[in-house]
Amino acid sequence: MRYLTDRKRAQGMGSAGHGTHHHWQMIVSSIALVVLVPLFVFVFGAGLGGSYEEVLAYFSRPFPAIVTGLALVVGILHLMHEIQVAIEDYVHGLAEKLALVGVQALSYVMIAMVLFALVKLAL
Amino acid sequence: MVEFALPKNSKITTGKTWPKPEGATNVRKFQIYRWNPDDGKNPQVDTYFLDMDKCGPMVLDALIKIKNEIDPTLTFRRSCREGICGSCAMNVDGINTLACIYGLDEIVGDVKIYPLPHMPVVKDLIPDLTHFYAQHASIMPWLETKTNRPAKEWKQSIEDRKKLDGLYECVMCASCSTSCPSYWWNGDRYLGPAALLHAYRWIIDSRDEATGERLDDLEDPFKLYRCHTIMNCAKTCPKGLNPAKAIANIKKMMVERTL
Repeated sequence: MRYLTDRKRAQGMGSAGHGTHHHWQMIVSSIALVVLVPLFVFVFGAGLGGSYEEVLAYFSRPFPAIVTGLALVVGILHLMHEIQVAIEDYVHGLAEKLALVGVQALSYVMIAMVLFALVKLAL
Repeated sequence: MVEFALPKNSKITTGKTWPKPEGATNVRKFQIYRWNPDDGKNPQVDTYFLDMDKCGPMVLDALIKIKNEIDPTLTFRRSCREGICGSCAMNVDGINTLACIYGLDEIVGDVKIYPLPHMPVVKDLIPDLTHFYAQHASIMPWLETKTNRPAKEWKQSIEDRKKLDGLYECVMCASCSTSCPSYWWNGDRYLGPAALLHAYRWIIDSRDEATGERLDDLEDPFKLYRCHTIMNCAKTCPKGLNPAKAIANIKKMMVERTL
């Protein structure tokens, strides 16, 4: 039981002073993915079905490697930010903080794995 | 935290069925949510029957008829009966609306009436809107100026005045906010469509000199950015307003002043 006024409850701790950057980031990455995803499907599809050496040669070319890298990195970052919003929506308290840390850690590990695999293929 | 089931003491049970009016040929069934904080029982849905030949055309007419002629304990807010005061907002046939301007002919089958969703209930169809009103007050719904008050009036061009159309008409009935899933889950921190529509009404007012402060106050992941453009607010607004568009415009202004 706390004797707080209605206004005090409504105002809480005030404005956090951020949010627009996240919103703008989501808009930019959405637009980027509109271009990158079809391009990735086309580029990745063209590389499928070849022998091991052919695939190595294909991804050592700059265009397929860069498109694949960009699509996966931007896609994972976009997904990470979307999941962050979903967690903030539905999970509160300590579980929220742990889930946010977990999602960020997993996303950055996935990005590292993608880049490592691409570098290994390309070089 | 999101909850997928109602608490035990909020589970709705079947309530009393009142007798049908004698000799009536045009009878309609009304199922109405009832809850009394004093009797310690769970909420229940009571069933009433009305002779539609002796009833007005609106949902509020039916509620008043039930209260006057069948069950005087039925409790609901009402005042202007013409969609101006916003008192009689409730969930009718699954839609948050004003009972006074919602026609019974718009409903197919039985008429189901519940209080506005996801709000604490005071009694029967009356939700507790204390927090909703406090959130509205927190956006400073008044003209803020720093310039000395002019001798006659604050002037506004016809074009600037037109920007307030579609905003000033809001009657704060809470239909939009209580239809918004983001408000359901995070209503303690998210301001909700009604308060944000009012915030935009003052942000866009050419006479107001606190635009920056107003935007600063909304720069928050919860206060503003819990809006995910679900659009329930625009769909349900009994006044035909579009709070989602107002919120999108605030977001646009936020980006404009950042870039």
